[in-house]
Amino acid sequence: MRKLALPDEILLSIQQPARYIGGEVNMCVKDPKDVAIRFAMCFPDVYEIGMSHLGIQILYDMFNRREDTYCERVYSPWTDLDKIMREHKIPLFALESQDPIKDFDFLGITLQYEMCYTNVLQILDLSRIPLHSSERGEDDPVVIGGGPCAYNPEPLAEFFDLFYIGEGETVYDRLLDVYLDNKKQGKSRFEFLKKAAGIPGIYVPAFYDVTYKEDGTIKTFLPNNLCAPEKVTKELVVTLDDAPYIEKPLVPFLKVTQDRVVLEIQRGCIRGCRFCQAGNVYRPLREHGLDYLKHYAKKLIETTGHDEISLSSLSSSDYTYLPELVNYLIDECSAKGVNISLPSLRIDAFSLDVMSKVQDVKKSSLTFAPEAGSQRLRDVINKGLTEEVILKGAAMAFHGGWNRVKLYFMLGLPTEQREDMEGIALLSEKIAETYYDEIPKDQRHGKVQIVASSSFFVPKPFTPFQWAKMCTKEEFLERAYIVKNKFREMKNFKSLKYNWHEADVTVLEGVLARGDRRVCAVVEAAYNNGALFDSWSEYFDNSLWMRAFESCGIAPDFYTVRERGLDEIFPWDFIDAGVSKEFLKREWLLAMKEEVTPNCRQRCSGCGARGFGGGVCYEDKN
Amino acid sequence: MKIRIKFLKQGSMKFIGHLDMMRYFQKVMRRADVKIRYSEGFSPHQIMSFAAPLGVGITSNGEYLDIEVTETESSAVMTNRLNQVMVDEIRVLSYKKLEDSSKNAMSIVAAADYTLTFRERYKPEDLDGFFEKLRGFYDQNQILIVKKTKKGQKDMDLKPLIYDLARKGDAVFMKVSTGSTDNIKPELVMESFYEGQGWEYPGFTFQIQREEVYGRDGAEGRLIPLEQYGEDIE
Ligand code: SF4
Repeated sequence: MRKLALPDEILLSIQQPARYIGGEVNMCVKDPKDVAIRFAMCFPDVYEIGMSHLGIQILYDMFNRREDTYCERVYSPWTDLDKIMREHKIPLFALESQDPIKDFDFLGITLQYEMCYTNVLQILDLSRIPLHSSERGEDDPVVIGGGPCAYNPEPLAEFFDLFYIGEGETVYDRLLDVYLDNKKQGKSRFEFLKKAAGIPGIYVPAFYDVTYKEDGTIKTFLPNNLCAPEKVTKELVVTLDDAPYIEKPLVPFLKVTQDRVVLEIQRGCIRGCRFCQAGNVYRPLREHGLDYLKHYAKKLIETTGHDEISLSSLSSSDYTYLPELVNYLIDECSAKGVNISLPSLRIDAFSLDVMSKVQDVKKSSLTFAPEAGSQRLRDVINKGLTEEVILKGAAMAFHGGWNRVKLYFMLGLPTEQREDMEGIALLSEKIAETYYDEIPKDQRHGKVQIVASSSFFVPKPFTPFQWAKMCTKEEFLERAYIVKNKFREMKNFKSLKYNWHEADVTVLEGVLARGDRRVCAVVEAAYNNGALFDSWSEYFDNSLWMRAFESCGIAPDFYTVRERGLDEIFPWDFIDAGVSKEFLKREWLLAMKEEVTPNCRQRCSGCGARGFGGGVCYEDKN
Repeated sequence: MKIRIKFLKQGSMKFIGHLDMMRYFQKVMRRADVKIRYSEGFSPHQIMSFAAPLGVGITSNGEYLDIEVTETESSAVMTNRLNQVMVDEIRVLSYKKLEDSSKNAMSIVAAADYTLTFRERYKPEDLDGFFEKLRGFYDQNQILIVKKTKKGQKDMDLKPLIYDLARKGDAVFMKVSTGSTDNIKPELVMESFYEGQGWEYPGFTFQIQREEVYGRDGAEGRLIPLEQYGEDIE
């Protein structure tokens, strides 16, 4: 029998013991004695969420191709096990070997959303690794952070030895080689960090000092060690087809959030929505080739046995070979009883035709993401979706048999006025009217159902809105009520539904997104107060965080509602993410003038990402 | 064509629940490219049914599932092909063809064998004495227990539902009635025994393993292992 870290008595008394035993199909098995490097890859959330993440699977596969390395996985123990592990002093372990994380060379933690930060501390704590990088010794694992939140790593700077900025496929090999070399020479952890700091994309927080002005903003942010560069440039895969994809993804026993094959068709986005961090930091858009995707689609269905395949990208409709790829999938999958799911498609004749082939029209719904309720505000955020296009798409879909529509909006966007908020209700009403106008009574399948949801806007680093002032909780809720009241006035009120996101957690996300190093203390205090699984509404407790802000003497408003000057030094300015601060500033000013910017395929706006030497910036130019 | 598959579920796989096992086998069928039949309709599902769900924490050497296929290769080839895409602790033991008219495994389950091995720290010091008392328990004419039902409590005689209860090395062996009508869990028998002795029954005393599942022959009432209903495909 495989060795398990937890005894039967514990495993049989907690929820979903399968979260902690490993042993899944396609799990990599190596003898830890045969390798020189042990790497623990962590997604700091519950198994079912962490196992659904494609990026980790790609890195897992890539690391394990190295003969000298064994990469294993670890996720956040759920609250029931968390309590038991503390009581019985059981150290956190990796799923594959079931060995304690503390024995590993590296602990890599992916940071996909801000609300996982207290879980990061849980992972370190349960592993018995000192929370602060400065307190770790030669025997502790090197703790690395990566993922989208590493584009502003400062609120976690004290807890990590280094951050990997950008796409993981490029310099990890080099990092591991340097580590091995350092180990062979018998050199110290500090020596390794110094060498690591010289690798592109690597940021070692301890090698930088920050000073502040009297008003609390940053005065200087400079390296204190010669090995550390002033600017850390993000790493990126220039030609996607050259990077390894997974041949045999792990297939969990438990039903995880993404219980399907995920095929990444492209990275980056041409659209330039001004609120979107992913659309900016993953620039430029790079596509996979059609043959590459066909090959992997077939292969991955064979090696996993999943009954569904899903295409992943920020805006699938922009993929050049989408019709060819989708037709191939329909042919390939229908014979095998495999379903196809196509998120983030623009609604038009093509997508409706495809959707009618791959899903049950009566059961599925159409999705639009206008993000803002008025054309004026959509221009501000550079969301190139017009009311005309939405209504035309909806009409086409209604004729095709759909009668459910989902609409996604944001509230609290810069310059938002009452008309913009009310526009959410008006647009929803117009879609309902379109249904009743277009579809004769005897052909309707019941009422039209329109569900509009709004989340609250959080300004993110490396977006044109990084200068924007965020709303307070009260302002957010006030705006939601304005929308809700407007919905009540609508003629087709009964066909419309409106709901909105929680405000407390949004404010906190705002602090963590644009926080600086001083916020580290708040995260730690909140964790010590008992904050954990903050992204789960049933566990999120705002009072734990408010107490933490108070005890640290830090005002959350400084990070959220404060107006930022155009020349302010931001905590993340030391990162070169491709898009230049000049470009972002230009975009911010254009937004204020309600002017739109064309997408990369219409006209290049000189964002700076061209410097990487590939992708959409060089289309039609060879 | 109807096929009956026998498999074992060992080691850490005992923590995988029944629903997850079903999903596991659905994926196995696709990975092994078994030409399984699908139901009609917009979201077709594989025609597959399990004999008797196994509780979380119990290992097994004799689990069964029935499928329908449109075509198949020999039993040996299919067993091998399935095992190539399975995890180490779940293994296919046999793959047999059933008569078209045969009933599915679930509806014919009548009994199952179990071995109950003491977890080290629950092992009685006087093993011989323990089994002596167990024999005495089984030799009674009646073993009355109070069974909690949805409607309340009712008295029930376990004796006719226990077909065998014996010592097997240091472990307890039992053959008990299983299936939709009188489904006797091994834990229930042991609880009743411990209670009768005036002992407390700690929850983790035994590691339970299912060894075999049986159907009942119509004419003689003989118990037949489910795999014997099928024939090897050459
Ligand atoms: S440099 Fe031009 S084409 Fe390239 S990503 Fe930026 S705006 Fe788009």
